[in-house]
Amino acid sequence: MKETVSSVVIKKEWDIVGARQAGRQLSQELGFGSVDQARIATAISELARNIYLYAKEGEISFEELYDLPKVGLKIVARDKGPGINDLSAVMQDGYSTSGGLGAGLPGVKRLMDEFDLVSDEEGTKVTAIKWARP
Amino acid sequence: MNLKELVLENSDEIVSRWVEKQGNHSLQDYSSTISNDMIKQMNHEFADIIISSLKEGGANLENLDDFAEKVVNLGWPFGYITEGLQIFRTESIKFVLDQQGTENKEEFIYVMDGINEWIDPLKTRLMNQYSANWNNIISLQKLALEELSAPLIPVMDEITVMPLVGTIDTDRAKLIMENLLSGVVKNRTDVVLIDITGVPVVDTMVAHHIIQAAEAVRLLGATCILVGIRPEIAQTIVNLGIDLSQFPTKSSLKKGFETALEITDKQIVSNDDKKEDVEEILDAIGKE
Ligand SMILES: Nc1ncnc2c1ncn2[C@@H]1O[C@H](COP(=O)(O)OP(=O)(O)O)[C@@H](O)[C@H]1O
Ligand SMILES: [Mg+2]
Repeated sequence: MKETVSSVVIKKEWDIVGARQAGRQLSQELGFGSVDQARIATAISELARNIYLYAKEGEISFEELYDLPKVGLKIVARDKGPGINDLSAVMQDGYSTSGGLGAGLPGVKRLMDEFDLVSDEEGTKVTAIKWARP
Repeated sequence: MNLKELVLENSDEIVSRWVEKQGNHSLQDYSSTISNDMIKQMNHEFADIIISSLKEGGANLENLDDFAEKVVNLGWPFGYITEGLQIFRTESIKFVLDQQGTENKEEFIYVMDGINEWIDPLKTRLMNQYSANWNNIISLQKLALEELSAPLIPVMDEITVMPLVGTIDTDRAKLIMENLLSGVVKNRTDVVLIDITGVPVVDTMVAHHIIQAAEAVRLLGATCILVGIRPEIAQTIVNLGIDLSQFPTKSSLKKGFETALEITDKQIVSNDDKKEDVEEILDAIGKE
């Protein structure tokens, strides 16, 4: 069973907080523990901030996953921005074009259980899934 | 008799119909917190403004602006204004049509246009003024929040604490850095404890700012200790692959304060030399 729960538009910096709160709320409802909730909120923060910084606007959507008895949360970050220049470098720690720490995307991959990145001139789509540990 | 005169001449009747309905909808959610007298009083003021602007052949801008400000200060929604004008429009049209017994479509459009022409400028002015007031309040609140957002508290000679509570965005990160640096210089601080107990999410942006702030503090010859790292935050920092090893971190403010005492060569000595007293003092300033 799949169900698209909600999505949050990212345009202003404070939208990042909104997305984070939505994700935290959902992960709480799905029964994630407090450490996983923090992981999910942090991953959303990274993805939403990347949208805000590099694509100006985009959207974070959430999907509850029921692969019973497993329950999970899928986060999709989508934008129609310029895309990522160097796809081979971006998953290495420390790669940043903005003077940041460059730990965002590799960090999201480590925070979550599944991770997928698609990016071209048309935009960027990051999909990340976390499964709740029963 | 022209339209305007007709409405003016019968303004008492129109206003009394209007006052009945005004605010019923827009103030619904507020009705338990606003007294009926208050609503009545505001409604009458509102009606006066509408009528007098019609009389004087144009809105008295000052009155309009004052009224919009009042609505904002009461915390009433913008819907109160739009509802009021909408009902006034409807009631006036109804009244005029009743009086003239018009069935004719052109006549009807003429009445509508006439009334719209007179209500629309009122609406525009009130709308602009309402949002200007609102923005003003928001920027004042933002200022107030800024003052709260990165306080630096000297707890004893050479030791300072910066407790951070809430989300850290770019503006706030800048403020933290500024306050930290000017505070370290001004208070001749040797050790500053940054307490992040109240920061909900530490992502790479927040971590980056904290690292930069700590580095800058170090360049001023002082030491920065990061305290209040909750277990789940410690986990996510590790997952993100952020290296905080360049500067000391402590789980609690209390432990950080003990380290600060060591660094500054200080000891808390109680008068009757009982160890519990030291503990009590530490408990009073820290939480674990
Ligand atoms: N949504 C995006 N659109 C375009 N470029 C992006 C996007 N997300 C990330 N990038 C690029 O990938 C780089 C690395 O991102 P990240 O790992 O989050 O580190 P940081 O944001 O600290 O630079 C960014 O500097 C940017 O050049
Ligand atoms: Mg990033």
